[in-house]
Order: sequence, then structure tokens, then C-alpha cells
Amino acid sequence: MSSQPIPLHLPGEEPAEKIGVYVCHCGTNIAATVDVAEVRDWAGQRLEDSGVVVSRDYKFMCSSLGQELIEKDIKDLGLTRVVVAACSPHLHEGTFRGACKRAGLNPYLCELVSIREQVSWVHTDRHAATDKAKAVVSGGVERVVRNTPLEPLRVPIHPATLVVGGGIAGIQAALEIANAGFPVYLVEREPSIGGHMAQFDKTFPTLDCAACILTPRMVEAGGHPNITLLTWSEVVDVKGYVGNFVATIKKKARYVNTELCTGCGICQEKCPKKIVDEVYEAGLGYRKAVYTPFPQAVPKYPVIDVPNCTFFQKGTCRACEKLCPTNAIDFTQKDELLTVEVGNIILATGYDLFDARRIPQYGYGRLANVFTSLEFERLTNAAGPTNGDIVLRDGKTKPQSVAVIHCVGSRDRNYNNYCSAICCMQSVKFAHLVKERTGAQVYNFYIDMRTTAKAYDEFYQRVLEEGTLFVRGRVAEVTDAARLPGEAGKLIIQVEDTLAGKQRRIPVDMVILSAALEPRRDAKQTAHLFGLSCSADGWMIEKHVKLDPVATMTEGIFAAGCVTGPKDIPNTVAQGAAAAARVLGMIQRREIELEPIKASVNQEQCSGCRICNNLCPFNAILFHEDRMVSEINPALCQGCGTCVAACPAGAISGTGFSNEQILSQIDGLLMLNVARQSAAVAA
Amino acid sequence: MTTQAAERPKNFLEEVIAATPGESRLEMCIQCGTCGGSCPSGGDMDHTPRALFAMIRADMRNEVLRSNTPWYCVSCYFCTVRCPQEVHITDIMYALKNFAIRAKLYEENKNPAAGLSETFTDQVERYGRSFEFGLATRHNLKFHPSKLAGMASLGWGMLTKRQLDWREPKKIDGLAQLNAILERAKTLEEAA
Amino acid sequence: MSKYSFYPGCSMESSARAYLDSTLALQSSLDLQLDEVKDWNCCGATEYAATHLLPSYALVGRNLALAAQPSHGAPAAPTLVAGCSACYLNLAKTDYYMRQSGDLAERVNTALAAGGLHYQPGAVKVRHLLDILINDIGLAQIKAKVTRPLKGWRVAAYYGCQVPRPDYDHRFQNAEYPMQMEQLMQALGATVIDFPLKTHCCGGHMTQISEATSYELIRRLIQGADQYRADLLVTLCPMCQLNLDAYQVEMNKFFKTSYHVPVIFFTQLIGLAFGIDPVQLGFGREFISASALLKDKLGVDVPVAEEAVAAPPRPRRGQPEGLPMPRMPRSGQLGQEE
Repeated sequence: MSSQPIPLHLPGEEPAEKIGVYVCHCGTNIAATVDVAEVRDWAGQRLEDSGVVVSRDYKFMCSSLGQELIEKDIKDLGLTRVVVAACSPHLHEGTFRGACKRAGLNPYLCELVSIREQVSWVHTDRHAATDKAKAVVSGGVERVVRNTPLEPLRVPIHPATLVVGGGIAGIQAALEIANAGFPVYLVEREPSIGGHMAQFDKTFPTLDCAACILTPRMVEAGGHPNITLLTWSEVVDVKGYVGNFVATIKKKARYVNTELCTGCGICQEKCPKKIVDEVYEAGLGYRKAVYTPFPQAVPKYPVIDVPNCTFFQKGTCRACEKLCPTNAIDFTQKDELLTVEVGNIILATGYDLFDARRIPQYGYGRLANVFTSLEFERLTNAAGPTNGDIVLRDGKTKPQSVAVIHCVGSRDRNYNNYCSAICCMQSVKFAHLVKERTGAQVYNFYIDMRTTAKAYDEFYQRVLEEGTLFVRGRVAEVTDAARLPGEAGKLIIQVEDTLAGKQRRIPVDMVILSAALEPRRDAKQTAHLFGLSCSADGWMIEKHVKLDPVATMTEGIFAAGCVTGPKDIPNTVAQGAAAAARVLGMIQRREIELEPIKASVNQEQCSGCRICNNLCPFNAILFHEDRMVSEINPALCQGCGTCVAACPAGAISGTGFSNEQILSQIDGLLMLNVARQSAAVAA
Repeated sequence: MTTQAAERPKNFLEEVIAATPGESRLEMCIQCGTCGGSCPSGGDMDHTPRALFAMIRADMRNEVLRSNTPWYCVSCYFCTVRCPQEVHITDIMYALKNFAIRAKLYEENKNPAAGLSETFTDQVERYGRSFEFGLATRHNLKFHPSKLAGMASLGWGMLTKRQLDWREPKKIDGLAQLNAILERAKTLEEAA
Repeated sequence: MSKYSFYPGCSMESSARAYLDSTLALQSSLDLQLDEVKDWNCCGATEYAATHLLPSYALVGRNLALAAQPSHGAPAAPTLVAGCSACYLNLAKTDYYMRQSGDLAERVNTALAAGGLHYQPGAVKVRHLLDILINDIGLAQIKAKVTRPLKGWRVAAYYGCQVPRPDYDHRFQNAEYPMQMEQLMQALGATVIDFPLKTHCCGGHMTQISEATSYELIRRLIQGADQYRADLLVTLCPMCQLNLDAYQVEMNKFFKTSYHVPVIFFTQLIGLAFGIDPVQLGFGREFISASALLKDKLGVDVPVAEEAVAAPPRPRRGQPEGLPMPRMPRSGQLGQEE
């Protein structure tokens, strides 16, 4: 590899290319720190030998007028290359490439160099910043000369979609796509779709019954001709690329023949094995070893829980098999692997609840009458273990006083830094339900009240009116160690009432912990499976948190609901629908243009070491065992450059990022081009 | 264009942050009251730790240094480990005690806590060791003369139980070395 | 033979003599060698830092520097063991802050240089005696040495503040609800109670500052132990033992109560279970006598005896029927991660 770029022309000779340089002020974003006019003049004079024939500055290059300036020069002056010195390529590369394309120039002959993020925003010395801007422009010019025209790759889009996760986000997304007439595979790892919403009783702020509004959607999804419902199933492998994914789904054995099962429920009734239901009942109720998690489950077919089934563990029992009226129990079923082809994927895998045992001072797990928010949801639910009676853990005593603690495991650097977004409203809802059903005195302990969406604050006002006592203070501890009169037998909330500026001890009968929403325990594995990344908190990262909230950095994979962070139901549903709209947009296009920035292996130079094979984050590299060489699938390659840098033989190069381009740009940045020309002139 | 903030005197918040060894994170306080709720002696403080931090932010220097709050801190570190913002509260309390002693805003004789610390410090510098019985006696003579009878009975009990040694402690061999180290540290601290 | 540097601290040599005696008495049974740091000085407890911040780190820095020095030509043991909570905290904190802040390390070393010393942050690892017994020696070995199991003893483990907190380097199992002493007591055959006040404050130096505050804090703990029908409190901190034991009588007078809860060091109970003579373990030095307990439960006579006060009936924390309780990790350990 040579560090001396091949000169494209000899000094004094006419340069081969005609280059236009355009320097943007970006209002005062750039112009306040960089002397834009000086950069313009310098480029016009000192880079002339490199081929610069015109250089201009403009207040906003990205405006229509700015773009027209470039288009006009291409047509009038016959420019063959364009360099725009403005913001990051992340923002406006597409804009300026578009302008070139409209004027008849291949868009990949346009380079956008950043003098805002990399110059004006990070420096304060105007003189030095102006010099650096010149160097950045010089680098861009040297590079663009060596750019080659590229054509985007076109690939067809498969019309089917894979939706992972059958909570309200996944159901919404699946229904939108299915109703538009396209096939959907909806995969859910539990025996029924419905997700967390199916566990709730009432939903804030309107107090609709969760089941009443959710079950019609579940039924619709379950019976939709365009939806293939795969419950008790998990995605185990994903290959391919946007438009052409191949997913492998493991259908876990149900041990119930769904052709024969009528969902009558006799098996569940007769099963002698009772197990605490840690999922649907949040540990507060029981289920059998053969079960559907709840009466409205979709599909209606039960599953057999192998580790808890007496037959599977001891070889005896078979009660369900003997008593099933349609002989639907089938102990011989095996897990199946199913392969599906889809064009797009929507991840809607939701959240897990924070493990409140991690905060020992709140006593969850030690003190019987400390409940988590999800346990309380089951307690209030008419289909729950107490048929909706709000009682203490003894199963019968109604509480006379209840404390609701906000921010348990949220907004706490010991656990999760973020705000879980739903806890304020959820806690206010709990206060209302307790008040309505038991008449108990309710205390809500909060740090800040966050009631920002439609009709939320009105609901807070209503609960204030009902007489709930709000105490501003994060609870220090919950204890049963009584020391003052009236505390014996109670749970005592020790807190600083920050508005009164006093320590208080408040004895109550029941404590509800509004526990944080956390990423799924297996979120990292899921991210790896789908080629996505998680933030430090563990939530999946969106393409752009504001402007592209349901897309991910991987083309063709979208995300909806709590998989990207805590959300309430309205936001979750909106995201499900938004992700579906994005997918429908893709399907309607029928084919997609892929960025032609791709890596390729020079098969002559490849030593077959396979170092690149496992480094590729997109699984785009194929190894030919017969010829002992690696090859890159251009449709899968995202042009990240990892393999290019890693190849010990230097056999991989990236279009748009060839060694020649990079080294020339470095020469330009170091002003070696200008120095060479000065030396030639002097000679 | 270079914009340089004009040199201004530190406000009290910045002074406290600078004086706390390591990271204080005091600027991160969200006034949630976890410290005040957790504090075993919070009921006897004239301001809860949280309120004191609000007063520091409000630059109420003299009120803060007159407060009994730092002196009622028992160094149990509940606030420090529970604070959701990881503010190093106990360390800040030590810094505030240093400020208060220097500013003489918390008068020594009305404040048994500052007196206790000073008596203790004096012993450590004299012997290299602390001397619990001597400490209790000297301290009580100064601050609780009326309580001395009761305390003395406790002291007598301790002696008979051989919990305490009546004799003064033996000085450590390296007492001169220790004092040289402490003197240099004091000089460094004053220079900062 | 496991060898460690040992920092006894001022309290273990005076008011907590029983702690030191019982610790040293365990050495041969547990194949443990504790080599005292030569010419150590006071750690400053909770007082020195109140008057002089930087010098308080230099004060502890001298001890760390001495502990890191080779003795008799042999390299110093990499682990420095402390038994007293305040000493353990101050040693660990100084080392930790010196590692965290280059500036502090430099200033402390500039001060140490005045005494011809230097301390390389991280040169010694500061650990508590209990940690050594549980994690290096192990419960299995301790259990194997038990000849006089503490059958029928209802023990409340009391850790106080400065061993579990703050958790520099996650140095101790859990800042709020540790379980090591409970595991140890079970290994000795005792019944442990779930004592919710196990890491609450004994009042520390407040006995010297405010009677009302300190007696209230002492009462909370003694009353709590009494409510849970504990025969005794077992502790690992000299200050906690002093406050809860020596001031229990004064506290009773103050509140007109009649609690009688002996407060004993964990090393004394280990020695007792190992069959060591109670006098050698320092029994009899306590104010609130454990003699009646030793006589009733083990049939062992200890010279100094006091009238035990009959305990009033106490409420129990019931195991409710009805809805299932959340499942707890089997070891009772509340880890940071699942």
C-alpha cells in the first residue's frame, strides 16, 4: 500500500476534473466561528491546481436556493465533482446528492465534509477554526477527485412481515398490516397473546377495563385470515436482509393436538398439580401444569408445562389424557422448527418488571403485605386470584390504609437512571381503585408528579379530590419494626415529607411498589439475534429517537412499544400502528434501493483466514470452503468497514472508501497537496 | 470568537463541592428526601440534610454553618447508599463540619459534638491512639458537668468490667513521625 | 495456615477487649495467623475528619503505608484485616478514594513523605474479619469445628452501619440486608431471626453529644430485638457493642423500661461453639450479662452473673395463609444481578 497518492495530473497541466466547492454558513452555527468568506477564497485560489473551478459561500446551502446554486453550476460550468462544506453527512448528504442527481451528475461524485460538528461546534478560536475548515475542505477535494460513479443496488421486498411479541404493540401492528391485505406471522413465546395489558384490570386515565378493550383485538388477531398466529413459539434465527429475511421459529410442543382440542378446560380442571403462576398472575395466583393463562386466552388451546407435569417428571398421572373428551392430549409431540420468508420484521417484545427484592429496605419478599404494581393489578382484576377484592396477603383482610410508592427502581442511579414514564399515572390509578373499593386511606409517595399526556392531569386532580394524601418524598424504608404507639402490627413508612421538611413515620396495612419497567432479561440476546444494539440501559436503540422512533439501525427491522423504552398504552399502540405504516410503505415500494457503499473481497489476495467472518455485524460474509476464500453478500453488507480494517491481507476494500480515497483525503487534510504545488511552482 | 466566563468568586455550593474529597455530586441533588427519611437522628436536626442542601444552593452560608445538622450526623451512611443521585452525603457533612469549625459559627461550648471531635483530635495527636475513658471524662467535664455523676458511675462500671483501661494509653513509637505527617497535611489543606 | 496483616484498632484494645481476646483465641482452631501492623495509630474514627479533612486521610494513610511495608524481609501480606467497623471503613475508604482521585493520592503522599512514608493506592486489600471467616476459611470448616452447638439460641445478627456501608468496590455483601452473620450463626447451630433493624444505627458518638438522641437509637434496636424474642444480639462492631451494652442500663432508666438483651461479639459465639472456655473468650465483661443464657442453654457457668430480667410476651411476625409470598433466592442473598 502506498502512502503517495497517484497524482492525477502533473503540475502546470490541466486538472482532469472540474470541482465546485460550496461553503455553508449554517446561519451563525458555522459563520460565528469560521471565517466562511476566507475559506471560500482560499479554496478557489489554493486548490485550483487540484481542479477547483468555482467556490461559493451561502447562508443556508441546504435551502432550495442553495441547492439550485449547485445545480446551476453543474449545468453551466460542467462541474464533474462537488464538495459541500457544511454539517454532518448524517443530516444532509442525501440533500446534496439529490441536487447533483437532478443536475445530471452521479450523486456519489458529491462529498459532504463537516465544518460544523467537527469544526465550529467544537472550537472557540476563530483563527484556528478557519484554518481547520480549510484543511477539511482540502481533504474533501482530494478525496472527491478519486470518487467513482456508483449505482444503487435494487432488491425486491417480500410482502410478508414477522411480528415478534404478541402484546398490544405487536397485536396492533399485526392487525394494521393484515387489514391492508398482507400476510403476517405473529410470534409470541407465552401460550397466549395479550402481553402485560391482559394482566391489568383498569387502564388510566379513562379507567376502561383492560380486557374489554384488549380482547376484541386479540380475537381479531387470532382469527384473521392474513395472520399466522404462532404462540408458545420463539424466533431462534434470523438471516437475510431488508426485503428478504429468513427467520427460523421454534414452535414449542404444546402436547395438545389443536386440531382436536375444543378448549373446554376439563384438562385444567382435573390436573392435580397446582403451581404458582409467576408470569400471568405475577406470582400472586396459581395455575395447573396444563393450562391456558387466562379465560380469554387466544388461542384457546392449553399447553403442558413439562418441568411441572407429574407425567413428564415421574411417568405417572396422565389425568388430562384420560379425561379429555376429544383425546386431544398428545404426550408424543416434539418441538418443531419452522422457516418463514419475510420482507420486514417488527420487534415488539415489551418489558420486564423490576425485581423489587433488589431494594431490601422496602421489604418486598420479607414483609407479606408489600406488593408490586403487577401483583396489585392481579389483586384488583375480577379474573384474578381474589376475584378483584383488594385484600392483604392473608386473602381476607381489607386494608384500612395503603401506601403507594412511586419510582421504585426508576430514577435511581443504584438501579435505573431513567423515569419509567407510567408509574405516576399507574400509582394514581391504584389510589383511585383502593379508595373506590375499600374506602381505605391512601398515601402516595412521589418525587415529582409527571402527568403529561391527554387527560392525565385531570385524572390526578380527580384523585386529589377523592382525598388521597400525596406526600412529596422518596420513601426511605418500609419496616415492621414498631416503635411508636399505633405502629404495632402495621407496616411503617419512614419518609421525609419534603414539603413539611420533617421526618414522618406513617403506619399502613398495605404497601404497593410502583416498580420500574426494565428491558427484558434476554434483551441483549434478542438484539444480537436481530442484529440490533441496546443502549447502556438495555433498551433497543431507535434509528432516531425523535424523527425515526420506530425504525432501527438495521434496514427492514422496526421496533414498537416498550422494547425501546417505557411507554404507556396510548404510545405503545401508536408505535405499533406507526411501525405497521412504515412496513406497509416498504411493501408498497415492491423493491428497495440499497446504498452502494459496500465492501468486496479481492479473491486473489484473500488468504482464507476467516477473521472477517465473525466480525461482520450483519452476517454478510460467506466462506467458500472449496476455494478457501471469503465473499461478501452485497445485499447484506451495510458498508460499515469493520472487515476492511480487520483484513490482515488488505484483501477487502469498500466502494467509496478505497485506500486511495482515504489516503488522498489524509494528504489533503495535512495540506500536502498545497505544499507540493508550492514546491513545483518554486522549482 | 472566544467567550470566556468572567472570573467570579465561588458560591457556597461550589465551595462545598471543592472541599469534599473525591466526588461530592452535591449539584445532582433532586430534593427527594431519601436522606432525610433515612437519617437515624433526622428528627433532632434543625434542618434535614435535604433542606440543608437546598440552603447551600440558596447560598445561605451562615444559616448552613450555624445548623446542628452536620453535628447530628452519626456517619451511618444510609443516606449515601440510598441516595438515588449518588450524592456523597456523609462526606459532605464532614466538609461542612470543617467549614463550621473554621468559621466559628457553631460556637464550641454550646456544641458538644464539635467539642467531642476536637478533644478526640487532640488525643490522637498527643498519643497516636484514642483513649475512650479519658475522652468520655474530659468531654463530659467540659460539656455535661451535671451529667458527670451518672457518667462516672458508668465509667466505674466499665473499669470494674475491665472494658476500659484506667491508665493513659502508651504513646506510639512513631508519634513524631505521625505529627510531622499531620502537620504537612494541615499545611497542604490550608494552601488549597 | 492463612496469614493476614491485622489492624486491631483502639477499641479492640480497650472497651472491646472481649472481641480481641475471642478473635485471637480462634486463631489456632481456624489455622489463621493475624500479624499486627507494627506501631499503628488511631484511624480517627468518626471524629478526626470533622476537624481536619485532608489530615484525616493522611492519618489513615500512615497505617496503610505501614501495613504495605515488608516486615522481617518478607513481603507484607496483601490483605489487611480489621475487626472494628470504623477502622475497617476508614482504611477501605482512604485506599478507595486514593485510587479514585489522583489528586487526593498525591496530597496524602506529600503529607506521608514528611514522615518518610509512601502508600501506593491499592497496595493492600482491606477486608473485615467476618469476610475472612466466611469467604476464606469457609462455613464448612467452621461447622466442622463445632463441638458445642448453640442449639435453641435465638440470635439476632446486628451489623450496624460502617461494615455494610458504603459499599466501596462492593466490599461487603449488601448495604441494607446482609446475611453473612446469619449464615455463620446457623453454622454454629443457632436459630437466627429475621431482624429488620440489623443495619440500623446504634447512635455512634451520640452518647457523648445528645442523651435523648442516643438513648432513642439504642432503644429502637433493643426494643426490636426484644420484639422478635431474641435471646441476644450478636455484633461485629466495638462501638455498637459498647452503646447497646454499656448504655442499655442508662437507656432503661431514661425510658423506664427493663430490657435485658445481652450484646455479644460473633467471635465470642464461635469460640463458645468450638468449646473454648468462656472466660478466655471475654464472657463476663459485658454489662448486660449473658451468664444466665450460658447456664440455661449450655450449662456453662461464667463467674460474673447478673439477674436476668424476665422478658414480657412479644408479638410474632406471622406467616400468613392465603396468597402466595414472592419467592426469595434460596441462600437469602440479595444479589445485584439475577
